[in-house]
Amino acid sequence: MDSAKASAVELRGITKTFPGVVANRDVQILVRPATVHAIVGENGAGKSTLMKILYGMQEPDEGTISIEGTPATLRSPADAIARGIGMVHQHFQLADNFTVIENIILGSEPTKGGRIDFAEARARISDLGQRYGLDVDPDARVEDLGVGDRQRVEILKVLYRGARILILDEPTAVLVPHEVDELFSALRELKAQGLTVLFISHKLDEVLSVADDITVMRQGTTVASVVPHEVTARQLAELMVGSELPSPQTSESTVTDIEVLKVTDLTLTGADGRQLLASVSFVIHRGEVLGIAGVEGNGQAELVETIMGMRTPSGGRIMLNAEDITPWSTRRRREAGVGFIPEDRIRQGLLLEAPIWENRMLGHQTEEPNVKGFRIDRAGARADTERIVREYDVRTPGIDVMASALSGGNQQKLIVGREMSGEPVLLIAAHPTRGVDVGAQAAIWDQLRVARAKGLAVLLISADLDELIGLSDSLQVLLRGQLIATADPATVTPEQLGSAMTGVKVAS
Amino acid sequence: MKKFFISLTAPALAFVFAIAVTWILLIATGHNPVSTFKSMGSYGIKPDSLTLTVNLAVTYYLSAIAVAIGFRMNLFNIGVDGQYRLAALVAAAVGGVLHLPPVIDVALIILTAVVVGAIWGSIAAVLKTRRGVSEVISTIMLNYIATGVIAFLLTPSLLAVAVAGSSNIGTRPIPANGQVPGFKLLAGASEQVYGMIGLAVIVGFGYWYLLNRTRFGFDLRASGLSATAAVASGVDAKKMVFRTMMLSGAVAGLVGIPTLLGISYSYSLDFPTGLGFTGVAIALLGRNSPIGVAFGALLWAFLDSSRQILDLTGVSKEIVTVMQGVAVLAVVVAYEVVRRYRVVQQQREVGKHLGSEHAPVEAAVQS
Repeated sequence: MDSAKASAVELRGITKTFPGVVANRDVQILVRPATVHAIVGENGAGKSTLMKILYGMQEPDEGTISIEGTPATLRSPADAIARGIGMVHQHFQLADNFTVIENIILGSEPTKGGRIDFAEARARISDLGQRYGLDVDPDARVEDLGVGDRQRVEILKVLYRGARILILDEPTAVLVPHEVDELFSALRELKAQGLTVLFISHKLDEVLSVADDITVMRQGTTVASVVPHEVTARQLAELMVGSELPSPQTSESTVTDIEVLKVTDLTLTGADGRQLLASVSFVIHRGEVLGIAGVEGNGQAELVETIMGMRTPSGGRIMLNAEDITPWSTRRRREAGVGFIPEDRIRQGLLLEAPIWENRMLGHQTEEPNVKGFRIDRAGARADTERIVREYDVRTPGIDVMASALSGGNQQKLIVGREMSGEPVLLIAAHPTRGVDVGAQAAIWDQLRVARAKGLAVLLISADLDELIGLSDSLQVLLRGQLIATADPATVTPEQLGSAMTGVKVAS
Repeated sequence: MKKFFISLTAPALAFVFAIAVTWILLIATGHNPVSTFKSMGSYGIKPDSLTLTVNLAVTYYLSAIAVAIGFRMNLFNIGVDGQYRLAALVAAAVGGVLHLPPVIDVALIILTAVVVGAIWGSIAAVLKTRRGVSEVISTIMLNYIATGVIAFLLTPSLLAVAVAGSSNIGTRPIPANGQVPGFKLLAGASEQVYGMIGLAVIVGFGYWYLLNRTRFGFDLRASGLSATAAVASGVDAKKMVFRTMMLSGAVAGLVGIPTLLGISYSYSLDFPTGLGFTGVAIALLGRNSPIGVAFGALLWAFLDSSRQILDLTGVSKEIVTVMQGVAVLAVVVAYEVVRRYRVVQQQREVGKHLGSEHAPVEAAVQS
């Protein structure tokens, strides 16, 4: 560990700037060979950018990379692969209608006389599978495989290309607990065989159980290197968050007894007859934030879209301020004062190739100050865009640049600013601070708190448990389209909430 | 200004490329490119050729705007052709029996064409919203159906009468009150420019105003830029498809009007066909912009009128069709290249602008 020769990967002084954001700043990491090295940090701490640099997807502005003792310049993933680095992406990159074997060899097919040598490929794959304990049926089609199997295919794909250093980007985010155990035993096997694993995560318990070394990242830079048996999960969390950082704690309750949104027995059936939402009922009062916790894909998106009127429920009722809005169109709901921060801002929240000021109108194109009668009020919309840019600190040279030119965090600030304009009565906020930097996150939290104190009702959906617990006045857990539990944000811990999300009963 | 310059680069490059391809083709077929282009050029700028160019451009423009309305929300109305032919036939038949004061007569004929075009266009919208049929397929099919319906209607037992002095048949001629006189645009021209050139100008302005200054236009453009974001913003996707196809069809109904009220006064078997497809090409060439489409229509019309001379030089007229085709293909590619360049350019500019401030991460640490 002392000499550079002994390291599998060494990153020194890595800095990377994107338009308006420093993604990585003076990053120092030393990875010992044949270890599992975890890199932990909050969303937006710069972990993914760093791994993209190591995998050659992005070039650093400054700093050096050494691989197995020799300096490396990685201009493309091909360079990284040539140096023995492989990456398993968080979102699988597999061809669904291909078999496992076809997916693994895709792009580096062994050939014999101009034809693909499947026998050779099969032999190599089964050898790899046995050696590292990664069992998958080579002839199964990927679309028939579960998530855990798909991940093994991804890992095999990387090993097949001769990787000795594996980068795993949040590999457990999509796995259920027993699959996580399987993954971890595979990782230990890889390590025992002399391979090095870089493991990116923000789940501290997992990191502590599988990693040999841990590097903590915060705000784009590395802040600590620790070994698991010397730290507790709590200490690690403090390192990740930093004590000087704001917490999403709300002050005294502002909840009133006036019902703003009342959802009764809301049921939604998918096109394939599957129940996406089953008898969901809840009430949000004036000045109340209701948090919905749940593993992504358990009906959050469907719930939000049904309340917004983008999906038609198969049963149940939605009441806004004691009026039945179930048959209302999305536009009418928006005009009645429902603000919407969508989960996927690119898909649902922005017109990327339109200027910022036109994006300010989106979703509010029938309301003041954007229109006068049937005409667009350009002056009004532009002036109000200037206000949002100022008040929400959207970093942009002007309001005529296209939304695609802004960084993700600034796009999000624009959306939050837009949806908080015109005094909404109800805000549907799905992951309101996803992908924004820490400063902006605190600002958005403040805005939400101020609006809540003025009587805004908020339906908050977030993957960030601290955000959920800190901002919410009450919490409900959504699992497979059903609200299965309630929790009191004043007493519940992230750990308890996390296990409730997977269906484990929690005392509350 | 710089933006304007960049937006001109794409069509200019595409046109140069089209000339180059044509040039090579002429050499390969044993013709002299220089003399071919020269004769086209000198013929094309004769007063009568220019008058023809303007008249062609008027109809091309209307057709291209009809297509562009759909394009702006990613609806491919390939059915402008059927829409305008059917509209022109019905409008001609109505005009043939009307005997009203001049202005009202013309207004009623135009209204008929607009309504017929809108109805024919909305059939594709109903199929798309109710049954999920792609409008590309249904509008192409509806073109054939329109041809059949016209053949059925344009018979002596229904709408047609024999055209005096020929074996042609057509609708009853529109009397003088329904005709729109032309005017001489250029000294030395024997032909007149359609009076309905004003209609093209009004439609062009209306198109610009609707899209950029009205709520409806914003909804339409938003739907085109991102269908999912538009739905989330409260646009009713189905209604939008319906309205846009109606509007596109309504403008398509106008395509035959300049010819009908300016020169033919009757819908006969030799009424111009295929203008809808020309409109698709010109909408692409002009990138759906009211000004761009105007330039595209004039260019296209200029090529169409100046190629008449090629009969005398022994060069096949179809060489111009090749040139037009290459220009459209090249311009689509060039626009995409320029678009991507601009996106990257703007991101870089934003980055440069913000680089002078403190980066947000540092600011957060200080607070």
